[in-house]
Amino acid sequence: MAPAASPSSVPLPAVSLRGAVALSGRFPLLAGADLDVARGEVVLVEGPNGAGKTSLLRVCAGLVPLAAGEISVLGLDPVRKRTAVRRRIGLLAHGSHLYDDLTVRENIRFAVRAAGGDVGRIPAACERLGLTGRLLATPAAKLSAGQRRRVALAVLVARSPELWLLDEPHAGLDASARSLVYDLVAEASSIGATVVVASHEPELTEELADRAVLVVGGRIVSERSCGRTTDSSVTDSSVTDSRPSSVDDEARGGAVAAPGSADSGTNQAVVHVA
Amino acid sequence: MWRDALLVAGKDLRIEARSRVALGQVAPFGVVALVLFAFALGPDPTPLRRGAPGLFWVAVLFSTVLAVQRSVSVESADGARDGLRLAGLDPAGLFLGKAAAVAAQLLVLEAVLGAGVVVLFGVRVTDPLLVVGSCLLGAVGLAASGTLYGALSAGLRVKETLLPFLLLPVVVPVLLAGTKLWQAGVAGGTPADGTPWLHLLLAFDAVYVAFGVLVFGPIQESA
Repeated sequence: MAPAASPSSVPLPAVSLRGAVALSGRFPLLAGADLDVARGEVVLVEGPNGAGKTSLLRVCAGLVPLAAGEISVLGLDPVRKRTAVRRRIGLLAHGSHLYDDLTVRENIRFAVRAAGGDVGRIPAACERLGLTGRLLATPAAKLSAGQRRRVALAVLVARSPELWLLDEPHAGLDASARSLVYDLVAEASSIGATVVVASHEPELTEELADRAVLVVGGRIVSERSCGRTTDSSVTDSSVTDSRPSSVDDEARGGAVAAPGSADSGTNQAVVHVA
Repeated sequence: MWRDALLVAGKDLRIEARSRVALGQVAPFGVVALVLFAFALGPDPTPLRRGAPGLFWVAVLFSTVLAVQRSVSVESADGARDGLRLAGLDPAGLFLGKAAAVAAQLLVLEAVLGAGVVVLFGVRVTDPLLVVGSCLLGAVGLAASGTLYGALSAGLRVKETLLPFLLLPVVVPVLLAGTKLWQAGVAGGTPADGTPWLHLLLAFDAVYVAFGVLVFGPIQESA
């Protein structure tokens, strides 16, 4: 994978949400979410079904516009500068975005070319995801759910975006592929990419994450530091900023902080956020 | 924009080449429609020949609805439309690519249906340039308007029924102009100067291509 932007060289956070409200018709998807994700950070998004995890990622990807509040992704407005933002982010969504009549190779090639990526990276990405031999010439319609997921991941790996938005990345995957997702997140993070993972299975990513945030009712109600955080000490009784120390202070400036509610209760610092 | 258009058109045509929906289902549907028209008008060849231009274009219009629905449904499965949006493709390029692929399929359909009209209705083409020109311009206009209205209806649960309702009334100029041009270009038709009708087709094409280039992005984002 090609190196993404260095975490320490860019002052703006990778994702910044302030009072983000998103609607589907009149139904609120997000109801005033506040979130800052620093460059190079790995953030785990937790929450019950329908809490707004997927909506949070779709808002970050610019697929859902905000009805109120502010958003900045990689320093840009993802709706107004959608092309510029989208080419720098990768979303692993519930759907695999595959065309059933195209082969695995054709699907990956189209997705990478459409996103302006380097097709020269495709063979290595396919190899990494175990997409080799006859599988490459297999129409997507004949793939299992897990294989479709692997293809979607291969697109992500080949594109090597600066911001990875992973929505339930382990869904439908076997044990080896789940382990592979872990490795891919670790590799992406190691080269400076920012990763936001929404998952019902936090134990699969928790070790890699700097922080976990809990989404309930379209709001981020708490956050805690996770396994990767080297300095997990609580610096403030009400707000914890557990992002890597390499992150510029300016990026930390907007850390989510407000009187709040939930306590997700782990061994790490628990934060109360509105 | 052109790079994106070529990429998307290539993808859609490759999908069509694999699935053969246009050739294997839409074209036979159009031919069946022609046969039904022939049954409805009876065995007398005179009304068949006289009505052939209009029947051809009605069959093309109905086939267009199916071809556009197929083009929309390709993007509806497995979140593919989101994939296109996330790729950051130029919306104008995306529109032109989708429309170009539909236009290419419509040209093939028109060739099949044109052959059907000649064989079934005994039509003899006297001015091939006029007939072919109307088919080319008609395909562009139908593809552009169809792609636009297909995108409008894409996010709706009732898209299958809404698309014909939206599309068929607005393509009446293509039906009129195409029919008049065919009447001028086949034996036994109404001899007429086709220029105004060619101009109408050109204007229709220009309006819908320009409109699509401008508004496809916002439509795609809100669908």
